[in-house]
Amino acid sequence: MAKKITKSYKTKKRIVNIIVHVFLAILAFIWVMPIFWVILTSFRKEPGSYIDTFFPKHYTFNNYIKLFTDTNILNFPRMFMNTLVIAIFSCIISTFFVLSVAYCMSRLRFKLRKPFMNVAMILGLFPGFMSMVAVYYILKAIGLSEGSMIRVALVLVYSAGSGVGFYIAKGFFDTIPKALDEAACIDGATKWQVFTKITIPLSKPIIVYTVLTSFLAPWLDFIFARVICRANAAYYTVSIGLWNMLTKEYIDQWYTRFAAGAVCVSIPIAILFIYMQKYYAEGMSGAVKG
Amino acid sequence: MKFKKKKVSEFVSPYTVSDAWKKGDGKTKGSFLIMGLGLLTRHRYAKGLIYLGLEVLFILFMAASGLKSLANLPGLGSVTQHQVWNEAKGIYEYTAGDNSLLMLLYGIATLFVIIGFVLLWRSNVKSNYKAQVLSEEGRHLNTFKQDVATLFDGNLQSLLLAGPVTGVLIFTILPLVFMISMAFTNYSIKGNHLILFDWVGLKNFAQVLNMRSNIGKEFWSVLAWTLVWAVFATFLNYLFGMLLAILINRKDTHAKSFWRFCFVLSIAVPQFVSLLIMRTMLQPEGAVNVLLKNAGLISQSLPFFTDTTWARVTVIVINLWVGIPYTILQVTGILQNIPAELYESAKIDGASPFITFIKITLPYMLFVTTPYLITQFTGNVNNFNVIYLLSGGDPTPVGGTAGKTDLLVTWLYKLTIDKQYYNIGAVIGILTFIVLAIVALITYRNSGSYKNEEGFM
Repeated sequence: MAKKITKSYKTKKRIVNIIVHVFLAILAFIWVMPIFWVILTSFRKEPGSYIDTFFPKHYTFNNYIKLFTDTNILNFPRMFMNTLVIAIFSCIISTFFVLSVAYCMSRLRFKLRKPFMNVAMILGLFPGFMSMVAVYYILKAIGLSEGSMIRVALVLVYSAGSGVGFYIAKGFFDTIPKALDEAACIDGATKWQVFTKITIPLSKPIIVYTVLTSFLAPWLDFIFARVICRANAAYYTVSIGLWNMLTKEYIDQWYTRFAAGAVCVSIPIAILFIYMQKYYAEGMSGAVKG
Repeated sequence: MKFKKKKVSEFVSPYTVSDAWKKGDGKTKGSFLIMGLGLLTRHRYAKGLIYLGLEVLFILFMAASGLKSLANLPGLGSVTQHQVWNEAKGIYEYTAGDNSLLMLLYGIATLFVIIGFVLLWRSNVKSNYKAQVLSEEGRHLNTFKQDVATLFDGNLQSLLLAGPVTGVLIFTILPLVFMISMAFTNYSIKGNHLILFDWVGLKNFAQVLNMRSNIGKEFWSVLAWTLVWAVFATFLNYLFGMLLAILINRKDTHAKSFWRFCFVLSIAVPQFVSLLIMRTMLQPEGAVNVLLKNAGLISQSLPFFTDTTWARVTVIVINLWVGIPYTILQVTGILQNIPAELYESAKIDGASPFITFIKITLPYMLFVTTPYLITQFTGNVNNFNVIYLLSGGDPTPVGGTAGKTDLLVTWLYKLTIDKQYYNIGAVIGILTFIVLAIVALITYRNSGSYKNEEGFM
């Protein structure tokens, strides 16, 4: 009798297991399919935004070659370089800003600490680009809206306000034992030394996380970039370029090249992201724990 | 003695402006007018000169442009641009009229400068008074070099926060104040007020909130859809994401990291790329419809973005595709933190997996992740990307400004960028903020993490 029960229990378990795995496989297929489809499209020989079969009839590498060599209408290599430069600078500034603010909020005690944290939370509730038009006029008033200054303007837009996004880094700093700081202070270290010699070296995950997220922002944003670049095609970032490829006048010509561009942008980002996934989860759970 | 009853703060400075006024000597009082006077006469030249220099700069700025910008603020200009016949050249020339927008911007910027100067002035008075008290008591007064040294130690926050705070002030707060003040003007293409506009008080708010006006009707329906969307997008993502994470983390599931990789891969592709692709796939002549037609399943294209209900369901479902991987990432770590004893005792008591989920997992997760849920909810109310890139707010009724899937934010974008109804757009932005603030406050106040854990930050 007992044997029978364990046997039926085992078969039941096996059935549940099979169902779970099939279910996961179906879902994984749904999640991966669009990505797979883009990669297929980027190697498709037939132009146009859609064809009547799922798999292309002929494969070619031309879309990639053309994307980087045919620079008459939409200059993809230049957009790529623009974005890279902007991303590097804004990444340096915002990482510095975020880490400084997070350290101040986590470790230092001063009069304006609480008000600053509350203000940061309130600012987060406003729609981010509500002030976009105003930002444009401010940039115009300080002479950053024309010519190559547009790059400076974009760097400022992505990094200047980054100080309010300190919550995740603060959560991480909170988990570093305070005893370390105190020990260093007793040995005569200044708070600056504590910050640079103790906290920073111990915070690799959150630094990687901050660097990568701020590096990615210019690649992903296209709302601000579009308002600030307007018609200055020479300073377009990758995302505006890709968006333009799907507008009515270009879509038939450029759809497969759009797919190729999407793959080119996605591969580095995907690698960075999968690399930082661990830090992302760590940073988040740190912040949630407070 | 009322003064003493005041709440005592942790950070009270012994040197206050009122004390400086009451007990200050000639030098300190002199620094009320000539900043840094007390410091200069006490041989602290560097600091004193910095204060004095900043005061001179401020006065020069006010004289050069500040006063004018301030005077323009109440009226926002009145000179219209007009043509003047130039006899010598034989052409019409345009005289520059007033530009209300720039006047408003400069006016507000000047207000910021004045507030900054008042703060500087207060710190000047305090530091002069401090110099007086210390020298009266015969104590050491920091030299400039020592003052700089404190920036790296006791005063580190001033050094570290200077850059970020300036950035936030100029690129977040100043634009925000600027936009908020637009809500009280008639800056709009309506009535041709794009160059010259005026303060109109609360008229715009009345128009938007009025159920009978056109904009008002649209506002209430967009608001209702925004809330429905945010609730569905937040909780469906949370629930399904958590269930999937539990499935993947089950003891008997094989190849856990492979499954996780499949889902995370979709985050790694930039959102605007995947959303734009979805959009082209779901067009009436897009890949999905073509495939289904070829398979003989449908004879007419499915109205993914052309029928209201279809469009709304489509954006919610596609948002699941976008959002579930994030939830999996977030909750996996927390799920593993749930004490295993809880599950074991539930198993011994014969609880089904469903009951275990409802009674153990969900309450625990809700307790820990309420702050995360609130940020998700506000993020979804402000979820510009998904709606704008996917449906663009469509279907839009003829003659309307808002589409049936438009959220408040995408509508705001359309109103300001496409239609140039800047004032109405600003009102919508403010109302969005109010809605979010109310929701965030109520949920936060009622959440377990607020009630049971006072120290929770």
